[in-house]
Amino acid sequence: MPDLVWASATELAGELVAGNVTSVEVTQALIDRSRAVDDSIAAYLTPTFDRALVEAGAADERRARGDALSAFDGVPIAYKDVFVTRGVRSTSGSKILDNYLPPYDATVVARCSGAGMPMLGKLNMDEFAMGSSTENSGYGPSRNPWDLERVPGGSSGGSTALVAAGGAPWAWGTDTGGSVRQPASLCGLVGFKPTYGRTSRSGMIAFASSLDQAGPITRSVRDAAALFLVAAGGDPLDSTCLKEEVPNVLEGIDRGIEGMRIGVVREFREGSQPGVQTLFEESLTRLEKLGARIEEVSLPSFEHGISAYYLIAPAECSSNLARYDGVRYGARVDGDDIVQMTSRTRAQGFGPEVKRRVMLGTYALSAGYYDAYYGKAQKVRTLISRELEGVFGSVDLIVTPTSPSTAFKIGEKTQDPLEMYLNDIFTVPLNLSGTPAISIPCGLSADDGLPVGLQLAGPSLDEATVLRAAYAFEQDLGFSERAPL
Amino acid sequence: MTDTIAEDMYETTVGLEIHVELATASKMFCGCAVAFAGEPNTRVCSVCLGHPGTLPVPNERAVEHTMKIGLALNCEIAEHSIFHRKNYFYPDMPKNYQISQYDSPLCVRGFLEIGGHRVGITRVHLEEDTGKSIHAGGSGRIADSDYSLEDFNRAGTPLVEIVTEPDIKSAEQARAFVTELRALIESLEVSDVRMEEGSMRVDANVSVRRRGETEHGTKVEVKNMNSIRSVGRALEYEERRQRAALDANETLIQETRHFDEKAGTTSSLRTKEYAFDYRYFPEPDLVPLEPATDWVDRIRASLPETPAQRRARFSSDHGLPESDVEVLTASYKTAGWFEDAAKAYGGDAKKIANWVLADLFGLLNEVGIELQDSKVAPAQLAALVKLVDGGDISGKQAKTVLAAMFETGKDPAAIADEQGLKQVSDTGEIEAAVDEAIAENPDVADKVRRGNLGPIGFLVGQVMKKTKGQANPGIVNDVLRRKLTS
Amino acid sequence: MAHELTHILEHAERIQALDLEDIEPTSHALKLTNVLRPDEVRDSLDQDEALANAPEAADGRFKVPRIIEDA
Repeated sequence: MPDLVWASATELAGELVAGNVTSVEVTQALIDRSRAVDDSIAAYLTPTFDRALVEAGAADERRARGDALSAFDGVPIAYKDVFVTRGVRSTSGSKILDNYLPPYDATVVARCSGAGMPMLGKLNMDEFAMGSSTENSGYGPSRNPWDLERVPGGSSGGSTALVAAGGAPWAWGTDTGGSVRQPASLCGLVGFKPTYGRTSRSGMIAFASSLDQAGPITRSVRDAAALFLVAAGGDPLDSTCLKEEVPNVLEGIDRGIEGMRIGVVREFREGSQPGVQTLFEESLTRLEKLGARIEEVSLPSFEHGISAYYLIAPAECSSNLARYDGVRYGARVDGDDIVQMTSRTRAQGFGPEVKRRVMLGTYALSAGYYDAYYGKAQKVRTLISRELEGVFGSVDLIVTPTSPSTAFKIGEKTQDPLEMYLNDIFTVPLNLSGTPAISIPCGLSADDGLPVGLQLAGPSLDEATVLRAAYAFEQDLGFSERAPL
Repeated sequence: MTDTIAEDMYETTVGLEIHVELATASKMFCGCAVAFAGEPNTRVCSVCLGHPGTLPVPNERAVEHTMKIGLALNCEIAEHSIFHRKNYFYPDMPKNYQISQYDSPLCVRGFLEIGGHRVGITRVHLEEDTGKSIHAGGSGRIADSDYSLEDFNRAGTPLVEIVTEPDIKSAEQARAFVTELRALIESLEVSDVRMEEGSMRVDANVSVRRRGETEHGTKVEVKNMNSIRSVGRALEYEERRQRAALDANETLIQETRHFDEKAGTTSSLRTKEYAFDYRYFPEPDLVPLEPATDWVDRIRASLPETPAQRRARFSSDHGLPESDVEVLTASYKTAGWFEDAAKAYGGDAKKIANWVLADLFGLLNEVGIELQDSKVAPAQLAALVKLVDGGDISGKQAKTVLAAMFETGKDPAAIADEQGLKQVSDTGEIEAAVDEAIAENPDVADKVRRGNLGPIGFLVGQVMKKTKGQANPGIVNDVLRRKLTS
Repeated sequence: MAHELTHILEHAERIQALDLEDIEPTSHALKLTNVLRPDEVRDSLDQDEALANAPEAADGRFKVPRIIEDA
């Protein structure tokens, strides 16, 4: 039997089905491990261990009766605190929601609970999902299990830290500009962002509505595909959730990539940290070895992704965050009148990065500036989508490094927000286009021994091809290193 | 009701902005019930409370109702329409933005005719309503309150906004426009359109300029007109105020003014030196509306007769005078009731109209209910008039019967029976009573025989007494004449 | 704060160099239209649940400090 703490979710499911272990045993093992590591990695905002054990017990009873809810009934999971969970504190990493108890569950959570997955807890993140390191969390940063002086990436840093440390086999994150892929890359995990609209956004505390998408953070590509299938599909609570039937992406995942055409994005081929650069080129060789045809493609509009993103996302967030005013829920700081109360509540409840983006967003939407900023950024977005669609006419996937660097030190990039933003340079264009993309480990960097991620991205709705290529690469590489925590 | 434009030195320009609360079952973006009043915060959910993570999903019927209003106002339905966010902070707005429409409204370029004058409709669009604030402490007005209390039952109710072109030329015309618009929307059965309840709200933009000038005068916004009558009064006041200011060469300020019901005046609420920046942008949580042609066609085919069409038809079909037509067609329900009664009657509709306008309306006004909510059924009124026609009861007796019908909802024949109200038209019976009266009053009878018809009324009265008021007075008169003037 | 914002805006302003005359803005991420729901009533929260997270409540309503200006 595999080590319960390091097994993939699929392996755990297999063990449960075979009757080799109970859900309570698995859950307890993960709880023990979580307790052992959390002082170091600070992944949890709200652990729900008692509840997890109760849910695990119920899963075991169901399995004994032959009534398992799904293949993953009894396999525990944890959620980025951006997902609302009924009756369980949900903060989105912000002090302004420090005491918020949602009256409903996010659809992603409901579907996983409905599949029988016990909830280990709610995980740390950059405040309102704004950041690439969790240093913007209102509750302090999480730490990278590979090196506790370094960031786990962000904004889903709590999720990647926990899974990389063995505290959970998998977790949910959200990806708006790279917030699932980048932290996965920095922690040596698989991070998958489906096509925008595949998973419901109901219950995902909104950052940038047209970009946010829930994504699995896992230890294997198969797990990512499986978790995607549990949650994806139409939701009457979300107008922007596609009603199209989700194809069974697990089927044929191991078919290999013989003859697949993969485009290397010329504009992103250089400019990364040397260790990242080397592993990237090696990865291209590996893909060729597996039968893929590598060619260079050009996507000049991709270079403007950060500019467009840092106008669109703040604009939408400035409106999405207006509801935090101390009236109906969340924190309130008293004032003589409503305006003073709301100003003080927001001044104290929001961190500096959130304030920056709200101000930026308000400016980008204001009369006289709308056309030049938000309006123009939305045109860049069209350009990016169009160019990408054009490229997919001649290749099946594109490939880039996930992040230009490995995990940086805590505090290293907090002086200049722009420097922090540039971490997202490779991931952001795929949020603007809404197309599926995955990050998979491609090795440990020679310069610092830290994990490096490879990003594969495909056409809209073609998760199957993205996952198939990722799987083939993963199986061939056999990356089995673990964080030395 | 005529515009006294000819003698006037000044020209008034009015544009109206009307909000109509739709009477759908559920709210615009969530499944909470739409209803009037009720315990606070009992028709709310995570969505309409603006909880983190919630998303709007539009109500199909609300979209349909909006198009129905637009089509009734002769608008074009947009091929591609989107929702926008209108951003501003206010505690009765759960998200601190309102989901509304901006540059791509659902319906555009329509019109409504008022007495031969065409008022353009710029747009008809769909949005969501806010919650309700109560300002506590002080007078109940914002200015001197200590704190406010928010009820979100109304938040998220579908709201249709109708904006007119500045084509209205006087306060009177504005009043007539609102009256006609209200009747039109009422007949579509998409809203209660009760200004007193807030399901229809009117704001106005008024400016006055000297006749002959090409530039419009300073535009003043007027709010808080809570009835159709108030619209007329408020705008009349504004017209006078602005004319007086121009007369005295004073500058008028572009501002928002609040109408005071009691005083009949408007007062400054806030100055509008600059337009508030709502930072409109397309609502990313909703997808565009592209109404299918056959959907639009079906709605168009389902439109009922307009008030104007109904008035024309009443005039021609029933031959009623304009004054009657106006009152009877003011509400489509009253009009429908009347037509059912006229149809059941089958005779001269004017008789039914008289009974409705003179007698029934009186009874309705006493208790303050609408015709269609009374206990009297159209067929019953028809039956009553037939009883009078046939001489079974007198016109006077019929009024008593009608009052009883109004109280009890019983049939007129049954009531007449119960009350022993019967008009004796049997000539034999009447002859006997007449003979008696003549015999008992020989002097009076002689006078009539000699050609003085004056005292015949006294004899009629005597016969009525003998028959306990039940003799058909017309027949009594005829019999008396026959016997005394041959 | 102001300095950082200026810095970010300068970077974002790079897009001003692009000629995007003939390009439509992407105002919606998907090519979906006409997503509507039937006009059906669903359960609401009861008053206690609605007010459960209220920082301040009174008489079944959310209480806020005085509002100075009309909307």
